[in-house]
Amino acid sequence: MPQSLLNDVPSSWYLLLSALLFTLGVVGFLIKRNLITVFMSIELMLNAVNLSFVTFAHEWHAVKGQIFVFFVMVVAAAEAAVGLAIIIAIFRARNTLNVDQIDLMKL
Amino acid sequence: MHLVLFLIFAGFCLAGAVNLLLQTHPINSALSLIVVMSSLAVLYLLLGAEFLAIAQIIVYAGAVMVLFTFVVMLLNVGVEEKTHGSKIARVIGFPAVIVVLDVIGTVIVEAQRHMGAISLSQPITTTQDLSRVLFRDMLLPFELTSVLILIAILGAVALARKEGHS
Repeated sequence: MPQSLLNDVPSSWYLLLSALLFTLGVVGFLIKRNLITVFMSIELMLNAVNLSFVTFAHEWHAVKGQIFVFFVMVVAAAEAAVGLAIIIAIFRARNTLNVDQIDLMKL
Repeated sequence: MHLVLFLIFAGFCLAGAVNLLLQTHPINSALSLIVVMSSLAVLYLLLGAEFLAIAQIIVYAGAVMVLFTFVVMLLNVGVEEKTHGSKIARVIGFPAVIVVLDVIGTVIVEAQRHMGAISLSQPITTTQDLSRVLFRDMLLPFELTSVLILIAILGAVALARKEGHS
Protein backbone atom coordinates (compact mmCIF):
# COMPACT_ATOMS: atom_id res chain seq x y z
CA MET A 1 0.00 0.00 0.00
CA PRO A 2 1.49 3.35 -0.98
CA GLN A 3 -0.15 5.12 1.97
CA SER A 4 1.59 2.90 4.50
CA LEU A 5 4.87 3.19 2.60
CA LEU A 6 4.75 6.96 2.92
CA ASN A 7 3.90 6.86 6.61
CA ASP A 8 6.34 4.26 7.87
CA VAL A 9 10.09 4.51 8.03
CA PRO A 10 12.00 1.42 9.20
CA SER A 11 13.98 2.01 12.39
CA SER A 12 17.10 0.79 10.63
CA TRP A 13 17.10 3.82 8.35
CA TYR A 14 17.58 6.09 11.35
CA LEU A 15 20.32 3.78 12.64
CA LEU A 16 22.03 3.74 9.25
CA LEU A 17 21.91 7.55 9.13
CA SER A 18 23.44 7.58 12.58
CA ALA A 19 26.21 5.19 11.48
CA LEU A 20 26.91 7.32 8.39
CA LEU A 21 27.10 10.52 10.45
CA PHE A 22 29.42 8.82 12.93
CA THR A 23 31.67 7.62 10.10
CA LEU A 24 31.77 11.10 8.57
CA GLY A 25 32.77 12.38 12.00
CA VAL A 26 35.64 9.88 12.23
CA VAL A 27 36.78 10.75 8.69
CA GLY A 28 36.69 14.44 9.58
CA PHE A 29 38.70 13.72 12.70
CA LEU A 30 41.33 12.02 10.54
CA ILE A 31 41.57 14.39 7.56
CA LYS A 32 41.01 17.82 9.11
CA ARG A 33 44.16 19.72 10.05
CA ASN A 34 42.57 22.54 12.03
CA LEU A 35 42.14 21.93 15.75
CA ILE A 36 38.70 23.59 15.89
CA THR A 37 37.39 21.55 12.95
CA VAL A 38 38.73 18.36 14.54
CA PHE A 39 36.78 19.33 17.65
CA MET A 40 33.65 19.89 15.54
CA SER A 41 34.04 16.36 14.14
CA ILE A 42 33.91 15.03 17.70
CA GLU A 43 30.66 16.94 18.25
CA LEU A 44 29.32 15.38 15.04
CA MET A 45 30.13 11.90 16.39
CA LEU A 46 28.38 12.67 19.69
CA ASN A 47 25.30 13.81 17.78
CA ALA A 48 25.30 10.64 15.68
CA VAL A 49 25.34 8.50 18.81
CA ASN A 50 22.51 10.59 20.28
CA LEU A 51 20.40 9.86 17.20
CA SER A 52 20.76 6.11 17.67
CA PHE A 53 19.92 6.49 21.39
CA VAL A 54 16.69 8.28 20.51
CA THR A 55 15.86 5.70 17.85
CA PHE A 56 16.27 2.81 20.29
CA ALA A 57 14.34 4.68 22.99
CA HIS A 58 11.47 5.04 20.52
CA GLU A 59 11.78 1.45 19.35
CA TRP A 60 11.56 -0.07 22.83
CA HIS A 61 9.41 2.67 24.41
CA ALA A 62 12.14 3.28 26.98
CA VAL A 63 12.23 6.79 28.40
CA LYS A 64 15.62 6.12 29.95
CA GLY A 65 17.21 6.16 26.51
CA GLN A 66 16.16 9.79 26.14
CA ILE A 67 17.44 10.57 29.64
CA PHE A 68 20.79 9.23 28.50
CA VAL A 69 20.77 11.59 25.51
CA PHE A 70 20.09 14.42 27.94
CA PHE A 71 23.19 13.48 29.94
CA VAL A 72 25.28 13.17 26.78
CA MET A 73 24.21 16.71 25.86
CA VAL A 74 25.25 18.00 29.27
CA VAL A 75 28.64 16.31 29.07
CA ALA A 76 29.12 17.54 25.49
CA ALA A 77 28.38 21.11 26.54
CA ALA A 78 30.89 20.88 29.41
CA GLU A 79 33.41 19.27 27.06
CA ALA A 80 32.95 22.03 24.48
CA ALA A 81 33.51 24.75 27.09
CA VAL A 82 36.68 23.17 28.49
CA GLY A 83 37.96 22.08 25.06
CA LEU A 84 37.57 25.53 23.54
CA ALA A 85 39.32 27.06 26.56
CA ILE A 86 42.21 24.65 25.95
CA ILE A 87 42.21 25.63 22.26
CA ILE A 88 42.45 29.31 23.22
CA ALA A 89 45.32 28.52 25.61
CA ILE A 90 47.14 26.52 22.90
CA PHE A 91 46.69 29.35 20.39
CA ARG A 92 48.15 31.83 22.91
CA ALA A 93 51.16 29.62 23.56
CA ARG A 94 51.92 28.33 20.05
CA ASN A 95 50.23 30.87 17.78
CA THR A 96 48.95 28.09 15.52
CA LEU A 97 45.97 25.75 15.35
CA ASN A 98 47.47 23.29 12.89
CA VAL A 99 47.46 19.84 14.51
CA ASP A 100 50.70 18.94 12.71
CA GLN A 101 52.52 21.64 14.65
CA ILE A 102 50.96 20.80 18.01
CA ASP A 103 52.85 17.54 18.45
CA LEU A 104 54.76 18.07 21.68
CA MET A 105 53.30 14.92 23.22
CA LYS A 106 53.82 12.77 20.13
CA LEU A 107 56.17 9.82 20.45
CA MET B 1 4.52 12.12 5.10
CA HIS B 2 6.97 10.69 7.61
CA LEU B 3 9.07 9.19 4.83
CA VAL B 4 9.20 12.50 2.97
CA LEU B 5 10.20 14.43 6.09
CA PHE B 6 12.78 11.79 6.99
CA LEU B 7 14.35 11.87 3.53
CA ILE B 8 14.48 15.67 3.42
CA PHE B 9 16.10 16.11 6.83
CA ALA B 10 18.36 13.06 6.58
CA GLY B 11 19.54 14.58 3.30
CA PHE B 12 20.19 17.91 5.03
CA CYS B 13 22.09 16.04 7.77
CA LEU B 14 24.35 14.15 5.39
CA ALA B 15 24.88 17.18 3.13
CA GLY B 16 25.86 19.27 6.15
CA ALA B 17 28.25 16.60 7.43
CA VAL B 18 29.89 16.19 4.01
CA ASN B 19 30.14 19.96 3.65
CA LEU B 20 31.83 20.11 7.07
CA LEU B 21 34.56 17.88 5.67
CA LEU B 22 34.90 19.70 2.34
CA GLN B 23 35.08 23.27 3.61
CA THR B 24 38.53 24.62 4.35
CA HIS B 25 37.54 27.61 6.47
CA PRO B 26 36.46 26.70 10.04
CA ILE B 27 33.57 29.19 10.05
CA ASN B 28 31.99 27.41 7.05
CA SER B 29 32.42 24.08 8.83
CA ALA B 30 30.77 25.52 11.95
CA LEU B 31 27.81 26.79 9.93
CA SER B 32 27.31 23.40 8.24
CA LEU B 33 27.46 21.74 11.67
CA ILE B 34 24.58 24.01 12.74
CA VAL B 35 22.60 22.70 9.75
CA VAL B 36 23.34 19.11 10.84
CA MET B 37 22.24 19.78 14.41
CA SER B 38 19.05 21.60 13.45
CA SER B 39 18.00 18.80 11.09
CA LEU B 40 18.78 16.28 13.83
CA ALA B 41 16.32 18.20 16.04
CA VAL B 42 13.61 17.65 13.41
CA LEU B 43 14.49 13.94 13.28
CA TYR B 44 14.13 13.78 17.09
CA LEU B 45 10.66 15.31 16.71
CA LEU B 46 9.79 12.63 14.13
CA LEU B 47 10.92 10.03 16.69
CA GLY B 48 8.58 11.55 19.28
CA ALA B 49 11.23 13.10 21.50
CA GLU B 50 9.82 16.61 21.84
CA PHE B 51 11.93 17.71 24.80
CA LEU B 52 15.17 16.51 23.23
CA ALA B 53 14.34 18.26 19.96
CA ILE B 54 14.06 21.60 21.73
CA ALA B 55 17.09 20.88 23.92
CA GLN B 56 19.04 20.02 20.76
CA ILE B 57 18.17 23.42 19.25
CA ILE B 58 18.89 25.38 22.44
CA VAL B 59 21.96 23.55 23.73
CA TYR B 60 23.69 22.32 20.56
CA ALA B 61 22.60 24.56 17.69
CA GLY B 62 22.40 27.47 20.11
CA ALA B 63 24.91 27.46 22.94
CA VAL B 64 27.63 25.08 21.79
CA MET B 65 27.80 26.32 18.21
CA VAL B 66 27.75 29.96 19.33
CA LEU B 67 30.75 29.07 21.48
CA PHE B 68 32.45 27.50 18.46
CA THR B 69 31.82 30.43 16.11
CA PHE B 70 32.83 32.80 18.89
CA VAL B 71 36.20 31.07 19.30
CA VAL B 72 36.74 30.92 15.52
CA MET B 73 36.15 34.67 15.30
CA LEU B 74 38.09 35.46 18.48
CA LEU B 75 41.20 33.65 17.27
CA ASN B 76 40.72 34.98 13.71
CA VAL B 77 41.48 31.55 12.27
CA GLY B 78 42.38 31.56 8.60
CA VAL B 79 41.94 28.96 5.89
CA GLU B 80 43.19 25.53 6.84
CA GLU B 81 46.68 24.67 5.56
CA LYS B 82 46.81 21.55 3.45
CA THR B 83 49.42 19.10 4.67
CA HIS B 84 50.17 15.52 3.82
CA GLY B 85 48.30 14.34 6.90
CA SER B 86 49.10 11.61 9.33
CA LYS B 87 50.60 8.40 7.98
CA ILE B 88 48.97 6.29 10.69
CA ALA B 89 45.59 7.77 9.76
CA ARG B 90 46.10 6.77 6.13
CA VAL B 91 47.37 3.25 6.79
CA ILE B 92 45.16 2.19 9.72
CA GLY B 93 42.50 4.88 10.07
CA PHE B 94 40.64 4.83 6.77
CA PRO B 95 40.51 1.02 6.35
CA ALA B 96 39.30 0.81 9.96
CA VAL B 97 36.59 3.38 9.26
CA ILE B 98 35.35 1.41 6.24
CA VAL B 99 35.37 -1.86 8.19
CA VAL B 100 33.50 -0.33 11.13
CA LEU B 101 30.86 1.20 8.84
CA ASP B 102 30.43 -2.16 7.07
CA VAL B 103 30.07 -4.07 10.33
CA ILE B 104 27.60 -1.60 11.82
CA GLY B 105 25.62 -1.50 8.58
CA THR B 106 25.41 -5.28 8.35
CA VAL B 107 24.34 -5.59 11.98
CA ILE B 108 21.65 -2.94 11.55
CA VAL B 109 20.28 -4.52 8.39
CA GLU B 110 20.22 -7.92 10.14
CA ALA B 111 18.58 -6.46 13.25
CA GLN B 112 15.86 -4.77 11.22
CA ARG B 113 13.96 -8.07 11.08
CA HIS B 114 13.35 -7.80 14.82
CA MET B 115 12.48 -4.12 14.81
CA GLY B 116 9.37 -2.34 13.69
CA ALA B 117 8.71 0.71 11.62
CA ILE B 118 8.30 4.25 12.87
CA SER B 119 5.30 6.33 11.95
CA LEU B 120 3.92 9.69 12.99
CA SER B 121 0.81 8.15 14.55
CA GLN B 122 2.78 6.50 17.34
CA PRO B 123 2.61 8.15 20.79
CA ILE B 124 5.32 10.65 21.65
CA THR B 125 7.33 10.83 24.85
CA THR B 126 6.00 13.92 26.56
CA THR B 127 8.15 16.17 28.70
CA GLN B 128 6.00 15.04 31.61
CA ASP B 129 7.07 11.39 31.20
CA LEU B 130 10.67 12.44 30.80
CA SER B 131 10.74 14.66 33.87
CA ARG B 132 9.04 12.00 35.96
CA VAL B 133 11.91 9.60 35.27
CA LEU B 134 14.57 12.29 35.45
CA PHE B 135 13.55 13.76 38.80
CA ARG B 136 12.54 10.53 40.49
CA ASP B 137 14.76 7.66 39.33
CA MET B 138 17.67 9.72 38.01
CA LEU B 139 17.82 12.45 40.63
CA LEU B 140 21.36 11.73 41.83
CA PRO B 141 22.93 11.71 38.32
CA PHE B 142 20.97 14.86 37.54
CA GLU B 143 22.37 16.65 40.57
CA LEU B 144 25.85 15.36 39.76
CA THR B 145 25.65 16.94 36.29
CA SER B 146 25.19 20.33 37.94
CA VAL B 147 28.46 19.75 39.84
CA LEU B 148 30.08 18.69 36.54
CA ILE B 149 28.95 21.88 34.82
CA LEU B 150 30.20 24.00 37.72
CA ILE B 151 33.62 22.33 37.50
CA ALA B 152 33.62 22.80 33.71
CA ILE B 153 32.89 26.53 34.11
CA LEU B 154 35.71 26.92 36.63
CA GLY B 155 38.07 24.90 34.42
CA ALA B 156 37.22 26.93 31.32
CA VAL B 157 37.79 30.22 33.15
CA ALA B 158 41.05 28.99 34.67
CA LEU B 159 42.35 27.70 31.31
CA ALA B 160 41.35 30.67 29.17
CA ARG B 161 42.59 33.32 31.60
CA LYS B 162 45.67 35.24 30.53
CA GLU B 163 48.85 34.11 32.28
CA GLY B 164 50.82 36.61 34.35
CA HIS B 165 47.86 38.65 35.61
CA SER B 166 48.25 37.63 39.24
